[in-house]
Amino acid sequence: MTRTTDKVALNEWQAVGTVEEIISGKRRNTRLLGQDIIVEMDGEIPRMFENNANGGIGTEHPAQALYGHIWTTLGTPVKAPLDMPEFKEDGRRLVVCGALTVRASALRIVENFLDMAHFPYVHTGILGEEPITAVNDYKIEIREPEDEVWATECSFFQPQAAASADDGQVSQYMYRVSSPFVTVLYKTCPVVEGAWDLVGIFVQPKDEAECDVHTFMLVLDETSTMSDLVHFQQEIFLQDRSILENQIPPGLPLDPMDEIAIKADGSSMLYRRWLRNKGLTFGTHRGDGSSQAA
Amino acid sequence: MMQLYDYVLSGSCYKVRLFLSVIGQDYEKVPVDYYPGGEHKTPTFLQINPLGQIPVLVDDDLILRDAQAILVYLAGRYDANRSWYPEDPRLQGEIAMWLSFASNEIMNSSAARLHDMLFYDFDIDKVRAAAHAAFRVLDDHLTDREIMGKQWIVGNHPTIADIACFPYVALSGDGGISLDDYHAVRRWISRVKQIPGFVVMPGIHHN
Repeated sequence: MTRTTDKVALNEWQAVGTVEEIISGKRRNTRLLGQDIIVEMDGEIPRMFENNANGGIGTEHPAQALYGHIWTTLGTPVKAPLDMPEFKEDGRRLVVCGALTVRASALRIVENFLDMAHFPYVHTGILGEEPITAVNDYKIEIREPEDEVWATECSFFQPQAAASADDGQVSQYMYRVSSPFVTVLYKTCPVVEGAWDLVGIFVQPKDEAECDVHTFMLVLDETSTMSDLVHFQQEIFLQDRSILENQIPPGLPLDPMDEIAIKADGSSMLYRRWLRNKGLTFGTHRGDGSSQAA
Repeated sequence: MMQLYDYVLSGSCYKVRLFLSVIGQDYEKVPVDYYPGGEHKTPTFLQINPLGQIPVLVDDDLILRDAQAILVYLAGRYDANRSWYPEDPRLQGEIAMWLSFASNEIMNSSAARLHDMLFYDFDIDKVRAAAHAAFRVLDDHLTDREIMGKQWIVGNHPTIADIACFPYVALSGDGGISLDDYHAVRRWISRVKQIPGFVVMPGIHHN
């Protein structure tokens, strides 16, 4: 496909690669919102160019390095990438888990990330386990002026909540959606009482139904090896992948008539409503059949 | 304790994890940061396997690379009944044939998966077509076996041939390869999932 005309999508900052991968001299040829792009480092400075159909280098767009990733935009962002002050805290380890391609809408991927109800069935023995399948009540809100979706006071029993967890625990969760394509969860740290571990996904929508998903963890864990941590997160993410790739319709339906209201889906309903109010169309299911994700 | 150099998303490592679970053999996993770390290409790892591939099994002073070789060793050494790798030379020949098929033709499905998921530079149309050709061979074989009243690739019960062929057939959807046309293969996948001790990996579900 060609570059989308959806201004809402174009005007967001998007992660398009990891600093570590690109700084080592590997130019990344990839795609963003239907536009082929090149991401590279000029010394310490990240740069992004359009990659023209004839193989020539086209217009340059803004780029910045943040949270271990290169961020860029094809439009004029109305707000900066999310602020995560935890990145400045001592003792935390940033685990960049690498990009993985998923043939699904970015919005489906974010919505799945927010969903606790699937833990016992898809992430059996790790994030949940039958027969404990009920999702407890939690709170949802739109936070202003940040314009972010938050779900707080979430809790779930987890057999192995983190790479560092020896036993099951009732994990407390907070979910935060800072852009249609960026979401972070804050989760009870099994090692340090009262602290949160962060797990987030920066979804790079390449086309309406294909994404690269950049995953990170920011954890208080001095004992697990980097391989332990990466395997833990990749295992969970790949358990979702085949399910995400088979969702019907591929685009996320935003029509209120499509919502089946059950309480556990509160964060999903708020996320969809928030997207609808923004007027986002990229990666959505349009009943009129106009360039649906497929 | 026996050690398996392992990557959680690798279907080849899963061959070994699955078999160790089925025969109930304890082992220790050594996680290798295959992606994004590329640890299997580091000098330290190349000392363990100069080919820079996983899995690798270390048992006392024995270091074995190649999932098929590891299955042969584990079945010979730790399966007291010798049912997974029988001593009958004819069966051994047939098993070797399918182990080779698992490490050659079926690996086109792995290539498609690496392309679609982890950005490997393969000719995707070519590897998908080659995977389909391999699945056609397997489906024809399993259909013939069913006509003879047999459920498994070789012999009268599951062998390491089934274990070796299973992962990248079952993971084919990850590489955009549908199994819709391979009915006997799909029935065989269901049977493998019923083997006592069966375990899943990301992308392979219990049902």
